[in-house]
Amino acid sequence: MSGILAVLEAGHKLSAETLAAAVDLGAKLGLSVHSVEPGGTYTADGFTDGLAELIRTKQFQVVLFPHTYQVRDFAPKLATRFDRSLISDVIRLRVDSGVLFVTRQLFQGKMNAEIKPLGEPVFLSLQAGAYRAGEAEGVVVEAMPAAGAAPRQKPEEKFREAARAVDLSAAPIIVSVGRGIKEKENLSLIEDLAGALGAEIAASRPICDNGWLPMERQVGSSGQTVAPKLYVAVGLSGAIQHLVGMKGAKTVVAINKDENAPIFEVADYGMCADLFEVLPALTAAIRAAKG
Amino acid sequence: MKILVAIKQVPARDSLLTAAASGKWIDESNLEYEINEPDAYALEEALQLKEAHGGEVVAVCAGPDRASATIREALAKGADRAIHIAVDDIVDWDTLATAKLLAAAVKTEAPDLVLTGLQSDDVGAGQAGVVMAELLGLPHATIIMQVDIEGGMLRVKRELEDGWFQHVGMPLPAVLTIQSGIKKLRYATLMGIKKAKTKEVKTLTPGELGVSHVASYELVGVTLPQKSKQTQMVKTVAELVEKLKNEVHVL
Ligand SMILES: Cc1cc2nc3c(=O)[nH]c(=O)nc-3n(C[C@H](O)[C@H](O)[C@H](O)COP(=O)(O)OP(=O)(O)OC[C@H]3O[C@@H](n4cnc5c(N)ncnc54)[C@H](O)[C@@H]3O)c2cc1C
Ligand SMILES: Cc1cc2nc3c(=O)[nH]c(=O)nc-3n(C[C@H](O)[C@H](O)[C@H](O)COP(=O)(O)OP(=O)(O)OC[C@H]3O[C@@H](n4cnc5c(N)ncnc54)[C@H](O)[C@@H]3O)c2cc1C
Repeated sequence: MSGILAVLEAGHKLSAETLAAAVDLGAKLGLSVHSVEPGGTYTADGFTDGLAELIRTKQFQVVLFPHTYQVRDFAPKLATRFDRSLISDVIRLRVDSGVLFVTRQLFQGKMNAEIKPLGEPVFLSLQAGAYRAGEAEGVVVEAMPAAGAAPRQKPEEKFREAARAVDLSAAPIIVSVGRGIKEKENLSLIEDLAGALGAEIAASRPICDNGWLPMERQVGSSGQTVAPKLYVAVGLSGAIQHLVGMKGAKTVVAINKDENAPIFEVADYGMCADLFEVLPALTAAIRAAKG
Repeated sequence: MKILVAIKQVPARDSLLTAAASGKWIDESNLEYEINEPDAYALEEALQLKEAHGGEVVAVCAGPDRASATIREALAKGADRAIHIAVDDIVDWDTLATAKLLAAAVKTEAPDLVLTGLQSDDVGAGQAGVVMAELLGLPHATIIMQVDIEGGMLRVKRELEDGWFQHVGMPLPAVLTIQSGIKKLRYATLMGIKKAKTKEVKTLTPGELGVSHVASYELVGVTLPQKSKQTQMVKTVAELVEKLKNEVHVL
């Protein structure tokens, strides 16, 4: 027996998309679709042992994962057990004459690569937004085999850092700054624009990593999730980890000097220009317009 | 305490990327290169662990000749010595094969701790460290924001999604993949740059390490992402302000 196994993560929003992808792929490749949702305390050792056993006994040809932090932690290890390479961060699956092709991002979304996996099993992890969650009928639910040896990792309770002093989730207007700003000193340009717009200031991760702005102003998968009326992204490339934190914004304006920057793909209004030339004029024009 | 840090050389940020004539990779003819950003943080963590616990930091990098510039930079920042795995066509090695090379080099050193970045800025598979751990039979943890060592045990802080964290304990030796921002990066000093010239760089070939690679995929091609969204591109500040006023209604 063989088929497609979707490995789902309990409570994660990407699981439904992954299952939908498995169902779609199953239909196109003529393979049965199975799913497993490992439970209990997560450890890389435990999940790898259990899933390796399941994949080996049922001889799955394709194993699909959601590209979550947890999957990043164990799926490469699992694939290695089968002397295979995981194809991670997949954004598109295509079947042509019974052959599977997958597209994944390179350079944080600035390029795409399409590849044809060779050999089996094929291990794939799906990026957010690759598939819309849909009906999942006819999926065989598999039980997770008991783990083998005691895991070497000893996980403690999950926790959040102390309450955030800034809550960006309620801000109606956000001006968000990325590495295009170059120097901490230049942040005054952003402060001026935010002041003129009556906006909160947010940032991409590298700005917070550098200590130029506090961590609590970071937007993205490891920062805050925001949904303002207006999100102005300045000198920010639009990596997927940033986009997941702001794609709920009603209107997105992007200012970036690279016309191919992925941020333009989510922007309603784009300006391909040097921020150092644009910002002072923009701030002045907004002040004038507001009177 | 002996710490090995895997560093990858990648095209410099903000490089103008175009597909190569072959359509199989980017055009490398006019590119500049730098250390992969999370790897710079992995190196920083290794140097600070050494400063706290004593020992040695060894940088390992698989790549073509040009990678030696990145290796020198790591030495200038304070790595004690380095291993350069000489591979001209590193982009054609999949992560498993790359990790086999790195793991073979690690084995010759038997370190107490192996650090990698959490993912590369170019291909971005995000898995070489985890694969290496499995190949070496070592425990691992990923996306690490803090490393504590006490009595031969590791306790690390893992970053989870949506602002959650978790501490995880495990025995040494182990492999950790380091997240950007774990510590503040240092610059190389003039003295460091001078000293780097005298530090040992051992060059090994895949053959010497006994590693070869079999392709696990066939590359169809690389392309710029297609635009699907109707973004209104504006040319002037006046035009943008007009939109903000009359269409977005925020002014
Ligand atoms: C597990 C994980 C979690 C992460 N979590 C987050 C997260 O929560 N939030 C987050 O933001 N990132 C996160 N990241 C990092 C993310 O992958 C990107 O590296 C980051 O978002 C890039 O930040 P940036 O856009 O500011 O920088 P870059 O990608 O370097 O982009 C800078 C942009 O500025 C433009 N630019 C440069 N100069 C100018 C100029 N003069 N005028 C106009 N434009 C200019 C460039 O064209 C470029 O597009 C995470 C990564 C990982 C692996
Ligand atoms: C278009 C294209 C698409 C590709 N897609 C895939 C794919 O889907 N799956 C796949 O397995 N391979 C793929 N590859 C091959 C890819 O080049 C290799 O996977 C690569 O050698 C290592 O992967 P990475 O750079 O993504 O490393 P990651 O796994 O993202 O790197 C994690 C960490 O490992 C360390 N590291 C990685 N490489 C080196 C190195 N050379 N020297 C020292 N340390 C290093 C660094 O510390 C780095 O931070 C693709 C190649 C091309 C050209």
